[in-house]
Amino acid sequence: MVPLSWYLMLAAFLFSCGLYGALARRNAIAMLMGIELMLNAANINLVAFWRHGVGPMEDLTGQAFAVLIIGLAAAEAAVGLALIIAVYRERRTIDVDELDLLSG
Amino acid sequence: MSWSLLFFLLVGAVSLAAALGVVTSRQPVHSALFLLTNFATLAVLYITLDAQFLAAAQVIVYAGGIVILILFVIMLIGGDTNDFSAAQRAWSRTVGMALGIILLLVISYSALSRMMAPSEDTAALLQGGTPEAVGIELFTKYILPFELVALLLLVALIGALVLGRQQEGASEGIPSVKANE
Repeated sequence: MVPLSWYLMLAAFLFSCGLYGALARRNAIAMLMGIELMLNAANINLVAFWRHGVGPMEDLTGQAFAVLIIGLAAAEAAVGLALIIAVYRERRTIDVDELDLLSG
Repeated sequence: MSWSLLFFLLVGAVSLAAALGVVTSRQPVHSALFLLTNFATLAVLYITLDAQFLAAAQVIVYAGGIVILILFVIMLIGGDTNDFSAAQRAWSRTVGMALGIILLLVISYSALSRMMAPSEDTAALLQGGTPEAVGIELFTKYILPFELVALLLLVALIGALVLGRQQEGASEGIPSVKANE
């Protein structure tokens, strides 16, 4: 049995990678991919805590929420990509540093 | 060190390397393919955690849906094209064919060995996150969040349609800057 802390370390590393991608990348699609990485890291945590938790195995709360998060991620990706296409159509770029219309 | 630990270390290492590839590779297409690798390894990790339904959903929704959508948008927008040279393409074709044959052999081996020696307690081995158990949980205890996510998906569908729709008076094709320019 793999200890819980290993899963948590893996999830923490994946989350950090995703956070770096979401904050540091200038390509809007790469930012979106970083956000997907973070959502997946949260899912790993949910399932690992369900498997190693003190509750009974029949109580599938962790998995239920992981399924809901997968649904949320699908909605987020659809809207995000539609936004990227709309922005590209207007501005001919998806470099987030050049999208500064709202900055003062 | 037990086999499960060794397996976890192997899959985890691939997952970490793929995550690093997502955030460091310059080509968006490479990032998307690394993301696909990462999602596949996470599906394997879900199986080690007795969450079989979640592993299937991970492959279907993430690998089959979201990554393909991301790849579509990357290729639609274009960006810097990266044409492989002819030598590279022959090389990648050989590797792809070898991997496909290995996958076929592994699947046939597992299917045939199951057919030769059917084990009675397959259902007993499958405990935890079977589709049935997750479905019962979702449709009884968590029916309200489930319906909210369904509503959210509907709103996202309509929103994506509205955002992605071609503007009035714009010329054909996706990459059209304002008509008055």
